[in-house]
Amino acid sequence: MPMPKAQPWPVAAIQTAVALLGAVLMGAVLMAVLGHNPWDAFADLVAGSAGTAHGLAATVRKTSPFVLTGLSVALAMKVGLFNFGAAGQFLMGSVGAVWVGIQFEGLPVWFHLPLALAVGIGSGSAWGAIPGWLKVSTGAHEVITTVMLNYVAALFAGWTVFAGSTLSATRPGPLWAPTAGPVSASPDVLASARIPWILGPPFRIHWGIALALLAALLVWWLMERTRIGFELKTIGTQSLVARYAGMRSGGMTVLAMTLAGGLAGLAGTIETLGVNHKFAPEFGGGVDIEGVTIALLGQGHPLGIVLAALLFAVLDAGASKMQFDSGVPSDIIQVIQTLILIFVAAPALATWLLDRVSRTRRVSTAAAGLRA
Amino acid sequence: MAAFTQSTARFVAGLSLLLLAGAILVEYVPFANIQPIRMLFGASVLDFALRAAVPLILGALGGILCERSGIVNIGIEGMMLAGAFAAFVAKTATNHWALGPSLLLATCATLLTGAAMGLLHALFCLRFGMNQIISGTSLILLSMGIVATFFNRDAVAVGKFAPWPVPLLSEWPVIGPLLFNKPPITYAALLTVAVVGFALAHTRWGLRTRATGEHPRAADSAGVDVLRLRYLNTTLGGALAGLGGGYLILEAVGQFQEGMTAGRGFIALAAVIFGNWHPVGALGASILFGYAQAVQNELLLAQATVLPRHFVSMIPYLVTVIAVSGLAGRVRPPGSLGQPYLRETEA
Repeated sequence: MPMPKAQPWPVAAIQTAVALLGAVLMGAVLMAVLGHNPWDAFADLVAGSAGTAHGLAATVRKTSPFVLTGLSVALAMKVGLFNFGAAGQFLMGSVGAVWVGIQFEGLPVWFHLPLALAVGIGSGSAWGAIPGWLKVSTGAHEVITTVMLNYVAALFAGWTVFAGSTLSATRPGPLWAPTAGPVSASPDVLASARIPWILGPPFRIHWGIALALLAALLVWWLMERTRIGFELKTIGTQSLVARYAGMRSGGMTVLAMTLAGGLAGLAGTIETLGVNHKFAPEFGGGVDIEGVTIALLGQGHPLGIVLAALLFAVLDAGASKMQFDSGVPSDIIQVIQTLILIFVAAPALATWLLDRVSRTRRVSTAAAGLRA
Repeated sequence: MAAFTQSTARFVAGLSLLLLAGAILVEYVPFANIQPIRMLFGASVLDFALRAAVPLILGALGGILCERSGIVNIGIEGMMLAGAFAAFVAKTATNHWALGPSLLLATCATLLTGAAMGLLHALFCLRFGMNQIISGTSLILLSMGIVATFFNRDAVAVGKFAPWPVPLLSEWPVIGPLLFNKPPITYAALLTVAVVGFALAHTRWGLRTRATGEHPRAADSAGVDVLRLRYLNTTLGGALAGLGGGYLILEAVGQFQEGMTAGRGFIALAAVIFGNWHPVGALGASILFGYAQAVQNELLLAQATVLPRHFVSMIPYLVTVIAVSGLAGRVRPPGSLGQPYLRETEA
């Protein structure tokens, strides 16, 4: 199947802007149909995420998992695979990180924290490698295997901190905190394994955002400056060329899924060691398949993905204020995010819609320019 | 295809016979009526297996209609969720009607919503040039978003389809209650397998669909309107997948909850692949996956294992992974699956 093509950046930028405009427009129409004032709603959205110090802090905090899951999807997409498994890899990363983070009291920070990070990334990688390996060795459809493994990971993660049940005589999970009583949750992560604050409570901004940006930089370096990156891209776009050139596409595919799993695992690790400081089954981080949207909105480029993640964090952080002040249900953000995906993935749709909505000369010219 | 069809038919027949033989054994042979055997072959586990299989059968048929004409359908999950939600909304809005008309309306709503989702998929892929996997993804996200925004958690759907016993046949021991005393959507699903299977193999529409899926250019030069056929099949497939979701509301569970499709759309897609894109094969795969869910359910109910419930609940998902992984070189997708078709003048 032809993958979404990489465009020269000015075209990509204009296309993305048009797509965003289309999505916002449709979102506004939807709000108006529901009887709300879209202008107020969007104003609240921005005010809630950027208008106050707390809002800004929430936006920053929410950016890192979006960056990492977006990178995860984008990296797998380079070899032509769709990683729908970010949610599972995120959970496995969280479990791995918390497993190291709650034990080894007395270890110095410089050793404990990197160890917890490494185990978290490793757990996510291993979980991502499975569908990659299945794809290469048996041809199993990676969309199905990653989605199924998401459910398996959720059950496994739930078991690790399961409080046990006297009714069915089930023993509690290995990471359950006896102090939590009947609540399924892990003990708190030790101070030596926590990601330090940039700005402590009440703002709760931690250095995880720096890790996420570093990961974006590393992915860019890997893809643009190394032979591995070159091979990955060749396998994804020109599989025949790759084969004639003697590239081992099987190994590379597994590698890409392993790295993708590691990135999503790092997202879970960061949320666990930086924000939640423990693990409970409800800490899925809101990670689902929106990584696909972020990767596409960012045109598969690390910088674009960071910007797309920032936009998603703004939407996420501002949604509750929007609901509170304007009465617009916050879940409408999900619809708007989907509209963004639709318009980004089908540029023709955005230009067609804008053509319809306003037949001014300017828009039509822009649309014609895009088609050309 | 003949070899595939034969092996598929053998697989389905074998699986069904095995399960039925087990059920008869449990029923008539006293020493077989012990807990482990009853848990694997008892009437309740087989009944549950069929109930769990029906949405998979409908979802898989939807996937087959779409994919045999060459369009990848990752979005079955979204079509099912939308269908379930439409059924729920229509049912709750007409609770004050008599049960029959209310259920009929809800069934129409679920079919139409599914069809609309299918049409959307076709539009995205065929008219607006979207990557087919991404289009499917957007259908899933779209229905999730719409459900989250509009789901009224206080609404209650009153009533669901009651079983329609088939005269005489439903009196048979073991097989009667299992197969011939079911609510209507179950019959519809089984009947649709036969209809789609026959139509794909023996009608003009079926021939055109297969030709389009294998080699659209050849089909085009023989006078088939490739795009129109793809629109038609994707829309019809959406309606079937939507009914698979509606089944959960109108026959199985009766109430709606967010995320209630719980990966069934993806398991249905696995059934399409495991069944080698053939309706009868997909039926067998759906029964296998439904059976995995039923065994999981029995194990949990009987608390028969020392394993925590989390691991027992993994069974259906792991069976699906193993099923789609154990097929290297044994199944073959339609030749043009996933490739957009451009006529030479446009290309």
